[in-house]
Amino acid sequence: MADTVQTWGSTVPGKATAKPNRMQKFLRRRSTIAFLMCLPLILIIVCLVIYPAFYSIYLSMLNKAQTRFIGLGNFTFLMSRDTFWMVVQQSTIFALTAVFFKALIGLITAHLVNNLPAKGQRKWRGMLLVPWVIPLALSTLGWWWMFDPTNSAFNYTLRSLGFDGIPWLSDPYWARFSVILVNVWYGAPFFLIMYLAALKSVPEQLYEAASIDGASAWQKFVHITLPMMRNIIAITVLFSMIVTFANFDIVQIMTAGGPRNMTHMFATYAFLLGIRSGDLPLGAATSLFMFPILAIAAVFILRGVRKRGREIG
Amino acid sequence: MADVSLRNVVKKYDEVVAVASINLEIPNHEFVVLVGPSGCGKSTTLRMIAGLEEITGGEIEIDGSVVNDLPPKDRDIAMVFQNYALYPHMTVAENMSFGLKLRKFPKAEIKARVDNAARILDITELLERRPKQLSGGQRQRVAMGRAIVRNPKVFLFDEPLSNLDAKLRVQMRTEIKRVHQKVQTTTVYVTHDQVEAMTLADRVVVMNAGKIEQIGTPNDLYHHPATRFVAGFIGSPAMNFVPATVESNGDALRVRLTDTLSFNVPESRTARYKPHVGKQVTFGLRPEHITETRGHHNGTGQEFNALLDVVEPMGMETMVYFRIAGTELCGRVEPTAAGNAGEQMALRANLDHMHLIDPATGLVL
Amino acid sequence: MSSITASVPSSKAMRSGASLRRSRRWALYASYFFLILFAIFFLAPPYYMIVTALKTDGEMAKLATNPWFIYDGVTLDQFRILLKNTDFLIYFKNTAIVTVCVVAITMVVSVLAAFALGRMRFWGSSMLATGIFLTYLVPDTLLFIPMFQIVKTLGLLNSYWGMVLVYPTLTVPFCTWIMIGYFQSIPKELDEAALIDGAGHMQMLLKIFVPVALPGIIAAMIFAFTVSWAAFVYPMAFLYSSDQQVLTVGTVTSLIRGDVYKWGMLMAGALLAAAPPLVIYAFLMDYYIAGLTAGATKG
Repeated sequence: MADTVQTWGSTVPGKATAKPNRMQKFLRRRSTIAFLMCLPLILIIVCLVIYPAFYSIYLSMLNKAQTRFIGLGNFTFLMSRDTFWMVVQQSTIFALTAVFFKALIGLITAHLVNNLPAKGQRKWRGMLLVPWVIPLALSTLGWWWMFDPTNSAFNYTLRSLGFDGIPWLSDPYWARFSVILVNVWYGAPFFLIMYLAALKSVPEQLYEAASIDGASAWQKFVHITLPMMRNIIAITVLFSMIVTFANFDIVQIMTAGGPRNMTHMFATYAFLLGIRSGDLPLGAATSLFMFPILAIAAVFILRGVRKRGREIG
Repeated sequence: MADVSLRNVVKKYDEVVAVASINLEIPNHEFVVLVGPSGCGKSTTLRMIAGLEEITGGEIEIDGSVVNDLPPKDRDIAMVFQNYALYPHMTVAENMSFGLKLRKFPKAEIKARVDNAARILDITELLERRPKQLSGGQRQRVAMGRAIVRNPKVFLFDEPLSNLDAKLRVQMRTEIKRVHQKVQTTTVYVTHDQVEAMTLADRVVVMNAGKIEQIGTPNDLYHHPATRFVAGFIGSPAMNFVPATVESNGDALRVRLTDTLSFNVPESRTARYKPHVGKQVTFGLRPEHITETRGHHNGTGQEFNALLDVVEPMGMETMVYFRIAGTELCGRVEPTAAGNAGEQMALRANLDHMHLIDPATGLVL
Repeated sequence: MSSITASVPSSKAMRSGASLRRSRRWALYASYFFLILFAIFFLAPPYYMIVTALKTDGEMAKLATNPWFIYDGVTLDQFRILLKNTDFLIYFKNTAIVTVCVVAITMVVSVLAAFALGRMRFWGSSMLATGIFLTYLVPDTLLFIPMFQIVKTLGLLNSYWGMVLVYPTLTVPFCTWIMIGYFQSIPKELDEAALIDGAGHMQMLLKIFVPVALPGIIAAMIFAFTVSWAAFVYPMAFLYSSDQQVLTVGTVTSLIRGDVYKWGMLMAGALLAAAPPLVIYAFLMDYYIAGLTAGATKG
């Protein structure tokens, strides 16, 4: 018995080395092909994301003419400027407020739509998502027109109701309110869609079981809906935080950072310094300040998505 | 069509052994069923034959040539999957002809083959439908059709009936058998259902924990199991097992189950069991060999009394459950003869069909 | 006696059933009421844009009339002026060229990569998948300044081909990510069956995976289309002459000349520019939404 095992043990590998192993070759070729298929993607990521990211760091350490290495000079310069700290403040206020209201409105509207009879839901969902579908730059143009102080919709309506007109975009605080309002208008439908999808994924039996256990509508929401949706709410909020924090279109079009630089965000400020004033290194440094905040959000999103992936199986 | 042989085939995932050195010779035209509990390595073995899993060691031969290194498409095999794996975007006819088209068969021949297979399987009217529009049984037929048109050397079936309901399963079982009788292609069929294995197979291979327990015809396995595993796996309800000792009783032998209950070993078995006198063994007897006392006068019937725990009428027969030495046993009696639960009933054991198993090795003595 | 005891609980049950129905109905009315409020909020801007675009300049100059309605009759003059007197059609053409190219590049790159990552597994493949997701989270405003320098070095500054080069960074990662999800949801037996049927990798991808995952492909295409149609930062930073400009930037910057805003024409331009995504949304809403929600639910 031991002999036969030995003969097999010796002849099989012998054969395998004598003949090129086509199965192994097939598998090896398979992973080569897989790599080749990913190559365009890898090239795009490496050349147009990773390289620019590192180049950005290098760029941010040069002087305006890009002739001299000045270390962290641009960063310390920025941090010594009041305007920069105003940008930090405004970006933070903008992101936190806008995301909060987007999430709130999204949650409310998702519930309202979910309460409707099934056949009406599609129509409402379709209607409420329209703000998300219009390219933001173009709808912002529409908002700008509505905010027009003399000639336009909002102030006409206010005046005809007996109020004074509001200097929507020329008063710094109203301007801050306005850009946030537009962002909420644009982004809330995205939350609506995500939450509606999440609501639909909660099994109906859970609610039926809770009804039998005597839960009220509010208790069902707190003890079933929220826990089941917690992960998707977190992912959506974090994701929206990144996009909102890095927003450019609304502020650039409606106020271009004014009045008195009070509505500048990182992106518009970097645009002003880097492109408009031609100081690319300083603009790069400004953008880079966004990085740590975005990175933290990204890490949490990744964790959330992975967890959700596991929950779904 | 061809014979298939597996020689010392091993499959390891990292260090976990899924299949440990299997040897199996399948002659041309034979229908072989690999059966065993889930995780026993039967599917892995089939997938190694198909070329979907790499072989860690040993050799697989189809039609006289070693195929270890061949990718699936060059092995000339066809496979029917548990979930059918029909291409959802193709019609039935396109599903069946896909393999031939890739192999660049002439159009006319493809059509002839598809029509022929459709006729064999009685799915001619379905040829233009898509899988979504088919019932489970119809999908099953199409999956078989896809295998038949290729006219391969070997058919491989991977639990093809487990997604069907019980009634359809029986029907498709017959269908598979009929198709095999018609096309005569060597077939390897994997299932966890021992009834399926028994009804379909020319030979059954019982696998457990990556090893082959026994190879044999269905009747062989049923009447002459080689191991306790096979004895317990084949047959439903399963064989009764009770710990026992072998005693000598003059020239004859006796198996003692409890202090008060022992059976005389039939004379024909005396020589076989003699060496085990005084040893602990496991006594095995199928439920159909424990019957009511009246009417069964042939064979070495021995009567005993049992207190019935549970009585299950099945219509044609009634199953009675009782305990001996703490082990639950099952007997199969005439409905009219069955007692009620909680009552004593006289039963008769037919010792001609008894088995003794060595508890240490699990081998039937 | 027995009939009385039987009837009491049943009438009570009926009454509570009726009140349950009534409270359900009120909840429904309340839902509709609030939904209408939200719908007004969400749809007021596009409505106002349409109204403005259909008005005469004369009516717009009158401060006394209600701007939410049209009194002096509907006119298409604003559209006529837009198409005749401005470079709007050039922007439209440029945007269309850029978008078609970007969608094509995106689909080829992401379908190939998703097939490899979703099915074939190779050294570093799971790391790459994570990398793709992280790339998707990088906003365009983080890298537009170094990108400016890169595009300039390549001589593509002020050329819409520069957009064709940089937009894929916005579309490819997400499209790959959702295609991985769609491909992974295809049962493994399907490719094994194809393997046995004799299909090579490319045949498997083109004849099995692409047709089976068609809904995902459409969703990804819609995503790539809407992103590259709406992109704003890159063209704002990289394009300045009219013949190379795209719609978003062209409409909000180049159409505005001097201090007098021709709002009617601007709104006509914004509406026309927004029309393609809206039309696609109207006809393929389900795919659009599937693509939108896939990011967080797949993978």
